[in-house]
Amino acid sequence: MTDLPATTQRKLGLVIDLDTCVGCHACAVNCKQWNTGGAAGPLPDHDPYGAQPSGVWFNRVHSYEAGDGAAGRTVHFPKSCLHCAKPDCVTVCPTGASYKREADGIVLVDMDKCIGCKLCSWACPYGAREFDEDEGVMKKCTLCVDRIYNQDLAPAERVPACVSTCPAGARHFGDLGDPLSDVSKLVAERGGFDLMPEMGYEPTNKYLPPRRATSAPSTCAKSAQPEGEIEGRLLKWLDRVLSR
Amino acid sequence: MPDRAIELNGAVGDSIKTTTCYMCACRCGIKVHLKDGAVRYIEGNKDHPVNKGVMCGKGAAGIMKQLSPAKLRKPLLRVGERGKSEFREIEWDEALSLATGWLKRIRETDPKRLAFFTGRDQSQALTGWWAQMFGTPNYAAHGGFCSVNMAAAGLYTVGGSFWEFGEPDFDRTKMFVMFGVAEDHASNPIKIGIGKLKGRGAKFVSVNPVRTGYSAVADEWIGIRPGTDGLFVLSLVRELLLADRIDTDFLVRSTNAHWLVVRNPGGADDGLFARDEAGKPLAWDRGSDAAVDAGSSGISPMLMGERLLPDGRRAVPVFELMARKYMDAAYAPETVAPVCGVAPEAIRSLAAELARVAFEEAITLPVAWTDAFGNRHAEMIGRPVAFHAMRGISAHSNGFQTCRALHLLQMLLGAIDCPGAFRFKPPFPKPCPPGPPPAGPVQPGETLKGPPLGFPTGPEHLLVDEAGEALRIDGAYSWAAPIAAHGAMHMVIRNAHDGVPYPIDTLMMFMANMSWNSAMNTEETVDMLTAKDANGDYRIPRIIYSDAFFSEMVAYADLVLPDTTYLERHDCISLLDRPISDAEGAADSIRQPILAPDRDVRPFQDVLLDLGVRLGLPGMTKGDGSALYPGGLPDYLVNHERRPGVGMLAGFRGTDGTLSGKGAVNPKQLEAYIENGCFWKGEIPEEGRFFKHVNKAYLDWAVAMGFLEKPDPIVMQLYVEPLRKFQLAAEGHGPRLPPERFKARIKACLDPLPIWYAPFEGTEIDEAAYPLHALTQRPMIMYHAWDSQNAWQRQILSHNKLYLPRALARSLDISEGDKVWVIGARGRVQAEARPMEGVNAATVWTWNAVGKRAGAWALSPDAPEATRGFLLNPLIGEHLPDGETMNADPVTGQAAWYDLRVRIEKAVQDEIALRPSTLNLPPGLERGAA
Repeated sequence: MTDLPATTQRKLGLVIDLDTCVGCHACAVNCKQWNTGGAAGPLPDHDPYGAQPSGVWFNRVHSYEAGDGAAGRTVHFPKSCLHCAKPDCVTVCPTGASYKREADGIVLVDMDKCIGCKLCSWACPYGAREFDEDEGVMKKCTLCVDRIYNQDLAPAERVPACVSTCPAGARHFGDLGDPLSDVSKLVAERGGFDLMPEMGYEPTNKYLPPRRATSAPSTCAKSAQPEGEIEGRLLKWLDRVLSR
Repeated sequence: MPDRAIELNGAVGDSIKTTTCYMCACRCGIKVHLKDGAVRYIEGNKDHPVNKGVMCGKGAAGIMKQLSPAKLRKPLLRVGERGKSEFREIEWDEALSLATGWLKRIRETDPKRLAFFTGRDQSQALTGWWAQMFGTPNYAAHGGFCSVNMAAAGLYTVGGSFWEFGEPDFDRTKMFVMFGVAEDHASNPIKIGIGKLKGRGAKFVSVNPVRTGYSAVADEWIGIRPGTDGLFVLSLVRELLLADRIDTDFLVRSTNAHWLVVRNPGGADDGLFARDEAGKPLAWDRGSDAAVDAGSSGISPMLMGERLLPDGRRAVPVFELMARKYMDAAYAPETVAPVCGVAPEAIRSLAAELARVAFEEAITLPVAWTDAFGNRHAEMIGRPVAFHAMRGISAHSNGFQTCRALHLLQMLLGAIDCPGAFRFKPPFPKPCPPGPPPAGPVQPGETLKGPPLGFPTGPEHLLVDEAGEALRIDGAYSWAAPIAAHGAMHMVIRNAHDGVPYPIDTLMMFMANMSWNSAMNTEETVDMLTAKDANGDYRIPRIIYSDAFFSEMVAYADLVLPDTTYLERHDCISLLDRPISDAEGAADSIRQPILAPDRDVRPFQDVLLDLGVRLGLPGMTKGDGSALYPGGLPDYLVNHERRPGVGMLAGFRGTDGTLSGKGAVNPKQLEAYIENGCFWKGEIPEEGRFFKHVNKAYLDWAVAMGFLEKPDPIVMQLYVEPLRKFQLAAEGHGPRLPPERFKARIKACLDPLPIWYAPFEGTEIDEAAYPLHALTQRPMIMYHAWDSQNAWQRQILSHNKLYLPRALARSLDISEGDKVWVIGARGRVQAEARPMEGVNAATVWTWNAVGKRAGAWALSPDAPEATRGFLLNPLIGEHLPDGETMNADPVTGQAAWYDLRVRIEKAVQDEIALRPSTLNLPPGLERGAA
């Protein structure tokens, strides 16, 4: 099976703000668009105009409700590979096709070595791997490795496509191994959390929880006043000196 | 960094071109990367004022729209019966000759027999002008079923409107309250704004029956009952008045709160403004204890007290009428709460918090400015509460007044165009209303005397005949819809079929799916499109239709003029039309062709200009009949002047391209736009960016730019006198009176102060039989982008379900996936149920326009859109159950498709819903390959 690096020099990953994500799918479609023509592409579509349209997406947005009544919430939850520190998807790989980069922690698939056995997708508890039926190989989020180091792009554009496009600014990219990075600080400030930490995969990507509702507002001092008080109020305005 | 498996470097494509997105109505700037002549990647343009580099999921799917198998390929002429989708391909010359022949005869005999209606916005500044030149008043775009309630209410009340003509100050607001926004309008600017609010920890309150999309991330969700927002808002108004938490300084400086209203019950002037001999409205000045010009400065206007005018009439300030009206117990939270389906405490606490933030958390910008009266102010003080509203307010029959109520609330808080509040986007604000009135029918061969759509200020501006009946085919500007500022496209097919008020000859439409998701009453509409008279002729004799894709409507056309995609043509997003400005500056933009079409299609706007030349229309032809703009639309965009120095594009004007707003034609204007990323923005001087309605620097700038004629202050209309003029006519005053059947409704609904009344459908049917409200929302991934049934978007959403409250589902023994009937007064449709928690207890809803007719859009006939998706449209009448009254707002004619009332029944297992037949593909198209 395939070995993991003992440590990685950096831990590049995403921080996704569930307090801000409005579920617009911008990240998912931009990811599809970038990657289908990029180094990890194509991301095929099956039956695109038929009865059961489906395809390969490295990033998918799930929307669901949590809680009942006033405590209820609608959650939009974008999910892609979490680039775990201890990814079983790599260690189960029989050919070394799946690997974790020592330099930055990104988990990739070498498609030349992939035999399409799907062990990795069975091993991933997050369902982040996507099988390309056409080529018979496994594909996945590359953290846009062909953008973030791309010397042919302007420096400001060297972020994953999903981060670059997110209209609400709910997605952040950086080195989560560096406690002084913006993303690490954001995680510390907002109580960022791991997805299913009990599984022990130590995902690099973090999610920021919904903020707690602001404190209960004050109530109006007066309401439902008797008629006399309304007349009194009107008189007060009669006496108000205004200028224009 | 070398890598064993993946190439890290490389240019995205071999060239980059900028243009403007068309995947929804947002009009974001995009950069299109091309590789080997095909689109490789579309991304947001970081320099663009609308989207600042971001792009939504629709925009990113543009590549698949370009690859859609549903693209029309060549002009089509109907050969079978209408609706059978049997066509033969014809050449453009034949198509245009046919159209010219039909239209020429109409123009020479009775030009109003051409009804020209456009769906998706595409330069109404051109299409409306074309109709004017042709001489038909029967023109409009889709605003009549979109947002005319909001546009008209805003333009008659504050001089701008939510969404198009204003925006929340997301950078500074501390409290953002959003009403009825169904994940759209606007798209990216709201998402960017919500991101900013969240980043600053500002409070976000969403008032919406459904908790999805934007509402899902609100700090507070108020799941109001549909159609009751106006009552809710007026209850907030009452709370603010009772607590005296209002900005009276703002009211006398920016609104007509102090203007005197004549009190003469039964008289012809009752409720009109008291005016001086010059026609200027009067106010009562405390200092001189006399009636004075209400617009003058240096006075101390009174807000209260009935006065005796020099001419012996009695008058009272608007403010007093307003205060007495809303302090009434009818608006008490306890009274309105059960109607609105919210707790009285929610109303009280929202009112208290609005007041607290507006007055105790006021913000100050250290920017000195001068008001329109010449007074210098050292700083700008903001009331940082911002409002935004859209479809959920607009699409009810009480939407105009509800939107007015919202503007009233803003005015009372002094929260309009100050730091932290709703801000105008130039060229707005404009005088309320902006004028001119709509132009009516003319003699054969003549042009209209003005634009067909306008702003009436009284009965004299209505387009009605001697008997008071409509002169337009859609009934706009009649007593049924006096301020139908966007027309009433939803009535056209019904009226043309019925021959009311007269038969038409040709219906010409652009990108309007009027046989499917854009029609009210879809099934009957299809029948009307195919109905024949006793002679066997179609009751709507000819239908010319332009679309880029094989929509459901194509099947009902006699002549199909295939349009290009948005990546294959020029367009302009003009300040004369629906600008892309923001609160800091005026902006407009263009599209440029990125790709050459691989089909025999032409841009609709070029076709329109070509037809204009063939018809010899003024403005499009020279004296010798040759084309004035032989280069087609690009030629027109650069060289056409609406008035001297003002053209379709405001940027890079003047012979050397250095002028903005007004200036001579610049032959290199389009090149300058392209060089600048296909947009232009002219920034407002810094001291003119707030209080625009009374800010000298802004008003002077707006005059210089050609947006305003005079730098006069713009007075917001808390009390709208034109509405009162219509009421007076209904009370029997004046030379032009409404027919009897309209009188009661006009008296009741055209109140010059905002009111609330129950949406009409609910009052006309047995509420016990139809206890639920049914809404259609627009999915964020598809809103306005369903014109190709995009291969990527439909992987995210390919059929819609009926969402219903979990408690209701339990009571009806309905579980997820069960088939249910949605039953309205007009019929029933079948749907798959999906119980949910975050929805008002009396509301069910679904996603709009996801259901498709089998065979349309080149989808496989067994696509889920056709087999599992559904529309609510068949349940929505264009008339109320009385069969006569428009199912619309009585002020604007806005289609009241959010008024729908239904009940839900679980479907018995063997009941099968009938679905319309499968459409044949037109020649040249093939079903999408797997």
